[in-house]
Amino acid sequence: MLSIRYEAPRSIAEAIHLLASDPGAHVLAGGTDLLVQFRAGAKQPSAFIDVKRIPDLVGISLDTNGLRLGAATPAAAICEHAELGRLWPGLVEAVHLIGSAQIQGRGSVGGNLCNASPAADTTSALIADRAECVIAGPGGERVVPAERFCTGPGTTILRRDELLVAVVLPRPPARTADAYFRLIPRSEMDIAVAGAGASVTLDASGTCTAARVAVGAVAPTALLVDAAGQALIGTRLDEATLSLAAAAASAAARPISDKRGTAAYRRHVVGVLAKRAIVSAAARARER
Amino acid sequence: MSARTYRYIGTRPIRHDGLDKVTGRANYGADFTLPGLLQGVVVRSPHAHARIVSIETQAAEAVPGVKAVITGKDIPETSARLALGAEGAFDLHDIGDNLMAHGKALYEGHAVAAVAATSIDAAREAAKLVRVVYEPLEPVMSIERAIAPDAPILHADMVTKGRPLPGTTGPTNIAGRMELKRGDVDQAFAGADVVVEREFRTSTVHQGYIEPHACVARSGEDGQILVWCSTQGGFIARDFCALILGIDAARIKVIPSEIGGGFGGKIPVYLEPVAIVLSHKAGRPVKMVMSRSEVFRASGPTSGTRIRMKLGAKRDGTIVAAQASLWYEAGAYRGSPSGAGAMCCLASYAIPNFFVEAHDVVVNKPKVAAYRAPGSPMATFATESLVDEVARAIGMDPIELRLKNAVAEGDHAPYGPVYGPIGLKQVLEAARAHPHWSAPLGPSQGRGVACGFWFNAGLSSSATVTLNGDGSAGVVTGNPDIGGTRVAQAMMVAEELGIPVERVRPSVADTDTAGYTDLTGGSRVCYATGMAVIRAAQDIAEQLRSRAATIWNVDRDRVAWEPGRPGRVIALDESPDGSVRPPLTIVELASKMAQTGGPIVGRAAVNAPMAGPGFAAHICDLDVDKETGRSTVARYTAIQDVGKAVHPSFVEGQMQGGAAQGIGWALNEEYIYDADGVMENAGFLDYRMPVASDLPMIDTVLVEVANPLHPYGVRGVGEVPIVPPLAAVANAMRDATGVRFTELPLSPSRVLEGLGTIAKG
Amino acid sequence: MRIQVETTLNGEPTTFLCEAHHSLLDVLRNGLGLTGTKEGCSTGDCGACSVLMDGRLVPACLVLAPEAQDRTVITIEGIATSEALHPLQQKFLEHAALQCGVCTPGFIVAAKALLDANPNPSETETRYWLAGNLCRCTGYDKIVRAVLDAAAEMSSGKAAAR
Repeated sequence: MLSIRYEAPRSIAEAIHLLASDPGAHVLAGGTDLLVQFRAGAKQPSAFIDVKRIPDLVGISLDTNGLRLGAATPAAAICEHAELGRLWPGLVEAVHLIGSAQIQGRGSVGGNLCNASPAADTTSALIADRAECVIAGPGGERVVPAERFCTGPGTTILRRDELLVAVVLPRPPARTADAYFRLIPRSEMDIAVAGAGASVTLDASGTCTAARVAVGAVAPTALLVDAAGQALIGTRLDEATLSLAAAAASAAARPISDKRGTAAYRRHVVGVLAKRAIVSAAARARER
Repeated sequence: MSARTYRYIGTRPIRHDGLDKVTGRANYGADFTLPGLLQGVVVRSPHAHARIVSIETQAAEAVPGVKAVITGKDIPETSARLALGAEGAFDLHDIGDNLMAHGKALYEGHAVAAVAATSIDAAREAAKLVRVVYEPLEPVMSIERAIAPDAPILHADMVTKGRPLPGTTGPTNIAGRMELKRGDVDQAFAGADVVVEREFRTSTVHQGYIEPHACVARSGEDGQILVWCSTQGGFIARDFCALILGIDAARIKVIPSEIGGGFGGKIPVYLEPVAIVLSHKAGRPVKMVMSRSEVFRASGPTSGTRIRMKLGAKRDGTIVAAQASLWYEAGAYRGSPSGAGAMCCLASYAIPNFFVEAHDVVVNKPKVAAYRAPGSPMATFATESLVDEVARAIGMDPIELRLKNAVAEGDHAPYGPVYGPIGLKQVLEAARAHPHWSAPLGPSQGRGVACGFWFNAGLSSSATVTLNGDGSAGVVTGNPDIGGTRVAQAMMVAEELGIPVERVRPSVADTDTAGYTDLTGGSRVCYATGMAVIRAAQDIAEQLRSRAATIWNVDRDRVAWEPGRPGRVIALDESPDGSVRPPLTIVELASKMAQTGGPIVGRAAVNAPMAGPGFAAHICDLDVDKETGRSTVARYTAIQDVGKAVHPSFVEGQMQGGAAQGIGWALNEEYIYDADGVMENAGFLDYRMPVASDLPMIDTVLVEVANPLHPYGVRGVGEVPIVPPLAAVANAMRDATGVRFTELPLSPSRVLEGLGTIAKG
Repeated sequence: MRIQVETTLNGEPTTFLCEAHHSLLDVLRNGLGLTGTKEGCSTGDCGACSVLMDGRLVPACLVLAPEAQDRTVITIEGIATSEALHPLQQKFLEHAALQCGVCTPGFIVAAKALLDANPNPSETETRYWLAGNLCRCTGYDKIVRAVLDAAAEMSSGKAAAR
């Protein structure tokens, strides 16, 4: 018979210990992926380690340096935070796209990263925003850029006894803004067929001085598309430049055909989305 | 019929069962429990097509808590049939084999064994330990493959019923073929000014009811069986169980629960006979509830189709000829609604020459079940797309073209009978007059219109009305109430007896309590069961006349029933002393029941072989993002001849719900299979039904052309509204993009492929 | 391994036993007999099992029962008072915003969460908030109207909001 433990550690150290001592233990944040996979028989944990009672993993702290998002903070709390929506509208848009209001009551940015779906909406937005992942393990903390966190569909750089505790974002410089667009057949509730996040910095004259473009659901992991970002720098984001960036995003894509869309469709549409994200981010940056 | 003034019909009272539903008290299929209840789980085939070599159950039986394990050997193979109406019939052999495979697994998810245990965890663990050895066979997943000369044959004994294709001999996957014809098609096409022809395809789609199939069965030591289940018909569920298991119907009592949607999909039985056999074997009651994945994989979606159609018209818009070849997937057993598709696809237009052939083809997918106007939406998608093309070809307004060809009273339906009073022309005129039709469109938008037809059903129904001593009443019928039929029945009693709707208590009864009643389906409940209710109420009025005659000591003929508020009886003559007798109200007569002859119970049973056909026209505005291929319904209007709307809110609700299902069918819904015939999207995440943010408000126009077969003019309203949306959406896509799409769903990838933006993938 | 959980359910202190892997939905329906919370998919895609946990809208199918320890849970059974229906419940009845009714408890709980946070939602906000609640019968028209009407009535103070 099924004999699974439920543990609700109160500290990071306690959680690390539980993970280290039971190779079958799985971290439970919102459960919106893990419990579905568990019921489908895709994952068979020996223990659920519920990390939502660890104060460091739940909460939003914003200071002059930037943002620290507890990894298990529910998406709904992020969407409700007025200041986050002002500073990182693109990231909040991506968080807001995760499932339904119900799912957002459970799902978290950390969980979205750790589930390591190539289509995860927040991952592309985090990459565009230069987010870093704070990882705790038996030997202490390490920090890795968001674009290096996922290593393939369902796999991350986390070792078995490590825990993603937070995601940190630097405060956006002046005239910098982000945006995230995805394509789903319906208006809500679908997994992205393709997604693109962009962060754009403009100077006072409207020339782009820095840019990052990241794409999702078009490769085994979300990708930072350097070529797309580079194409924007030094330009005033004219139509030809935008087309170059879109083409770079499409060129970087290594999509598959599956039940959610064909490879040809994904390759095309990720360029459209990248362009829209850049245009939207730039429009926001101009207003700052 | 004279224009009758109604007191209650046409009003919008709150449904009697509503309170329980908004407070969570209403009990649905999975909400019932009994002491000692076991949990049942079905073992399902992972293969789409496989011979079952052996099944070993010992390991499963050894799991602690397991009380029974059954396989196909425990479900007898029957040759029984169950009649439905004068012509229809269900083949119980196939339904029995579908609920537990006997020799072959015919689709992924086909049941091969079942387990009952003291907990769901134990039952699931045991189910994993049932060892089935399969010999996998090539899965037949398309019509093309099914009819290829070297195709694997699903059923070695299958021959084509009806009119086989010439040269067909020996076993086949073409389960049936029929033809409909009128006039001389070849000559008519030769004389046509415009001929349009296309091939259309639609995908397998599911009804998508939110409540999974669920039941509890208890087989007692005395052989008496109780089944508590979510079904569209207590009696049909009872009779299916009795015939499949070879037991007397009188030994089975089916208590229909509240039903969480059906749309045709809860007419068949999937779990009930299995639960009975498990309960019999275990000696304890057994509960079975499907998961959502099981609902998709192993209940009854409707057919994927391939339809080739051709229309010929004169330059003035007169459609002179039609030719169609319909191919419908039946799933694993014969019985697609291809015949209904053939009868419906030209039913809106008076076309003098046509030839339609319809094929029923078995493939390794779940056995299809009825889905709201079964067969009509797909074939109508083809017709209404081509009618749109004809309008474009001759430069005529699409509503004008439809009006020019629309059927009216006295026209022959393509399937034979002469139409009585029908409302298609009135519906089209209402569509033309609706502000939606002339509203400006946005730059990325297109507008489409389409018509739809459904026969509607009559069939058999019973009703009982009981008058209470205080003048209130109860009405009991046997139709599970899916969308507000109880309140409609109470309104009919209120109308006939002149008592307030809230003083009438409507109930859906079990098969021991209600008189025999056919299923909730065919848009028949308000119509046929409604007639039984009206007659049962009139029976009460007749009895009240007798009671008043007794009180007044006059001949019954000298007493009249006067509907009113309240209803009352009046004496036609003065009393012997010359005074005018004051009328006796139903309330007064009810209070004197015991003194005037005892209980007053009205009963009626009706057999309605005919029904009033339904027609609708829908207008859809689609906003298309040509860069991504994504489209959004921007505005939608449904216009329908509803006969007489008993409770307009619920009639509107049927129209809005049917439109939403049709929009889903058109835009996003489809069964997706991998190369092995395994369903890849058996959940609500990837089987994309419309969500609230996908749709606008759905405007409705209720056209009322009375159906002379019903005392109030009621005609079925539930099914027609799913028929027009497929083409209404596709015609709007044509308008927005300039491209005629002939394959559904209109997914973003498909649209960009059609626009030539990307290569076909 | 049975776990004892102490929680507050519809305002009442409640203790139940469960297995670690049992969902809050399992416990509500089967252990505690609160079958108003419906199971439509168990993958968080239909909204039929919507409940409020510490005031936040969640799908009970994706909450492990032991997580309810020390939390407050409100289900459809806890929405009305003994004196009156919640205005949402009343408006669903008046607008005929239910046909089969199996999705209705989830819609009412979700709509309550919406109105608790946003007393005057637009039609678009309402539709997007309710996108996680599937209804296959109504086409959502009457549901959205009922929610907007309840919001209007609650804001105008005609009804005593809870």
